[in-house]
Amino acid sequence: MEIVLVLILVAVLLAGTATFVFFGRRDRGVPVEPPPAAAPLPTTLVKHQSRPDVEAQPHVEVEIEATIEADELAVDGLEALLVEAPVERPSFRDRLGRARGLLGGYLTSVMSRAGIDQQTWDDLEEGLLRADVGVSTTTALLDDLRAKVKADGIKDPSALLDVLQADVAARLGGFDRSLRYAEVAPSVWLFVGVNGVGKTTTIGKLAKREIADGRTVVLAAGDTFRAAAAEQLTMWAERAGADLVRGNEGGDPASVIFDATERARSRHADVVMGDTAGRLHNKSNLMEELKKIRRVAEKGAGTVTEVLLVLDATTGQNGLIQAKEFTDAVELTGVVLTKLDGSAKGGIVLAIQQDLGIPVKLVGLGESIEDLVEFDPDEFAAALFDRS
Amino acid sequence: MFESLSDRFDGIFTRLRKRGALSASDVDEVLREIRLALLEADVNFTVVRSLVGRIRERAVGVEVSKALNPAQQVVKIVHEELTESLGGETLKITFASKPPTVILLAGLQGSGKTTNSAKLAAYFKKQGRNPLLVGADLQRPAAVEQLRTLGAQINVPVFSEASDPVTVARRGLEEARAKGRDVLIVDTAGRLSIDAELMAQVREISDAVNPHYTFLVVDAMTGQDAVTVAENFHATLNLDGVILTKLDGDARGGAALSVKEIVGKPIAFASTGEKLDDFELFHPNRLADRILGMGDMLTLIEKAEEVYEKDQAQEAATKLLEGQFTLDDFLEQMQQIKKMGSLNKLIGMMPGVPKELKNVQIEDKQLARVEGIIHSMTPAERADPDVIDASRRGRIAKGSGVDPADVTGLVKQFMEMRRMMKQLGGFGTKKLKSKRKDKGGKNKQQPRGSGSGRVTAKGPAKIPKMPLSLPGLNETGPAGLPKLPGFGR
Repeated sequence: MEIVLVLILVAVLLAGTATFVFFGRRDRGVPVEPPPAAAPLPTTLVKHQSRPDVEAQPHVEVEIEATIEADELAVDGLEALLVEAPVERPSFRDRLGRARGLLGGYLTSVMSRAGIDQQTWDDLEEGLLRADVGVSTTTALLDDLRAKVKADGIKDPSALLDVLQADVAARLGGFDRSLRYAEVAPSVWLFVGVNGVGKTTTIGKLAKREIADGRTVVLAAGDTFRAAAAEQLTMWAERAGADLVRGNEGGDPASVIFDATERARSRHADVVMGDTAGRLHNKSNLMEELKKIRRVAEKGAGTVTEVLLVLDATTGQNGLIQAKEFTDAVELTGVVLTKLDGSAKGGIVLAIQQDLGIPVKLVGLGESIEDLVEFDPDEFAAALFDRS
Repeated sequence: MFESLSDRFDGIFTRLRKRGALSASDVDEVLREIRLALLEADVNFTVVRSLVGRIRERAVGVEVSKALNPAQQVVKIVHEELTESLGGETLKITFASKPPTVILLAGLQGSGKTTNSAKLAAYFKKQGRNPLLVGADLQRPAAVEQLRTLGAQINVPVFSEASDPVTVARRGLEEARAKGRDVLIVDTAGRLSIDAELMAQVREISDAVNPHYTFLVVDAMTGQDAVTVAENFHATLNLDGVILTKLDGDARGGAALSVKEIVGKPIAFASTGEKLDDFELFHPNRLADRILGMGDMLTLIEKAEEVYEKDQAQEAATKLLEGQFTLDDFLEQMQQIKKMGSLNKLIGMMPGVPKELKNVQIEDKQLARVEGIIHSMTPAERADPDVIDASRRGRIAKGSGVDPADVTGLVKQFMEMRRMMKQLGGFGTKKLKSKRKDKGGKNKQQPRGSGSGRVTAKGPAKIPKMPLSLPGLNETGPAGLPKLPGFGR
């Protein structure tokens, strides 16, 4: 088989077609806000076959869920969550302590030597890389550390670790991590991210927290794609005592969130939390859908004050690309780092904050509602470098 | 974005080109790059170390052959090592002599267990089996509801009840026996591998149903922690294999390699999309390509071979390069390519295509529009689009229900493409013709260049670069056809 020939053809035609579609779109200056009734030109945004219509009008009928058909089975699971967790905020260190193993081992090795030698640097590098800090951030951290060792004449491993810990904390520090509220309610908070990171769960927990703080909350079940996602959020709404707006499965997510803002206004609610379907950041149609969700959310009664990327702590180097793509699409205001109570370290947040300037605002440290806490860079660094 | 490994090597090897063989220090330099590339692809640190060691042994003293430059040879070695590490024995499901064959899925929260339970069920159903899904995730709100919805979509029954996960699993097995279902797929709740209590529970579930196969569901985006997770699950459940999910993302998937190396169990299935039939047997060489950033050429070649007759392909290519390509030919080729699957997936498999192009979503509907426009032309217009004037354009637009500007756009693009192809053809056809005679010389014809200008000025290698050199698109710099080792085997 003349593979090269075939490839040429395939390549040319594929690339040609792609270019055609791409340039067609460009030439005409993409209608960023396509008129609702626009004919589906080959150049307008394309939607995923099985996804809801991106261009649908914001006003499809949205059923306000009054009665909740809680799945009796899952209620069982919910009961477990109902068991009140201790009221005090779990400390970072206690939680991460369970998973301290990895970096801990390298630190022990570093500490066990009398001075600073090549093995020390290798250990530190390995420890950081294994925490998913990534090659370039690790290199930057260690280069800085080498310079400081030279300048300050550091000889003691313990002092070395102190300097590194302080550097990690400093690189993570310096951001306002409070969740922002609009001057005129309702504030709209959108939660975005790839599939399976814990968006719905995070909203459930955060709703409970906000309500405990005396605010009224409307949840918008904007994940109209995944089977039973709305049911899942419904249960959280009931649990947290939040109002819920949901649409039909496969319906237009933007309209659900729009309606939630309208509902929040009429009920004088403080915060609308908009769930969105998980989407891989390399699917441009789904990212376009997300842009639309954000645009439409702004058009409603509220102001979008937070767009939070929910990021699974087990995510590796792809996390940085995720953050970049999502912020390019919808201007992230922060990151929620979930599942940090596992054995993963979430080191990619260093790169995300450093390279993209997006701070981690919240951290998920456990299954119970109270386990969603504010991120604290010093505690995070301290936990990573805990030598006790 | 990550550079591909072969791109990284180019700089190093430009300096080395004159030498006959790689010295130990050359190899060190190259190995550093390999190490970085693997780490950036989330390959576990320990695995990187052992892999790099093996590659070093093979790479020292590598001779520069005529067919392959040192860079390509090293990439080939790395590729072979990766493929070997990822592959080994592949998992083949043997159905239990006494049904049902029980399959247990476990993993972290959000890795995709519920979705992949349904995908697995759909996979078995396609093979003529009668699966039963068991929803033993009573933890996450609405997980069972989700499984029921998915089960309904693929027409597979779902068993669950409001008791506890162990009981649900056991009753599910009884149900399968009673109803004569021959495959039982048990979905379990996501759990952290360090949560002793929940790990004990999944162990109990496993004991209750005594699965023939236990799969760990692993997210392709997982970082260094994948190994810890897999080790813990393996210690608890004695895994048989891995289901790798979310491979339709752009993560390199080094986690899979790590798990395979450390736990020693094969990656059985890969989940490659949101639809329930985006699920396939795992191909080690494709993931090796991906970890090295080489696109998925082999899949593309396979698909092309399925669709294309050799003669037909040759004829079209010749026409293309000689500038004889008409809109009719274009139409025909487009229809062939459509048989190969979704254009987006195909483009995604091509190495060296800039991200902007890869991320352009092309839907069947759009292709249909292009087809529609061409169909609305007369044969004369298709043969020579130059004759299309304003009045003809209006007619064509009306006939295909598009804006006249769309017609202009299509014709403009087509002419541009043809013009460029013809330019290339000046060199290309000669090459192609000589190549047909020279069967043994296949390798030489392949775009082996290291991208630094050696083969870029002539020959078919240049062709895929064409759309990339259009204004504003040249994001990733020069990119020829793949420098894929063994490409064309």
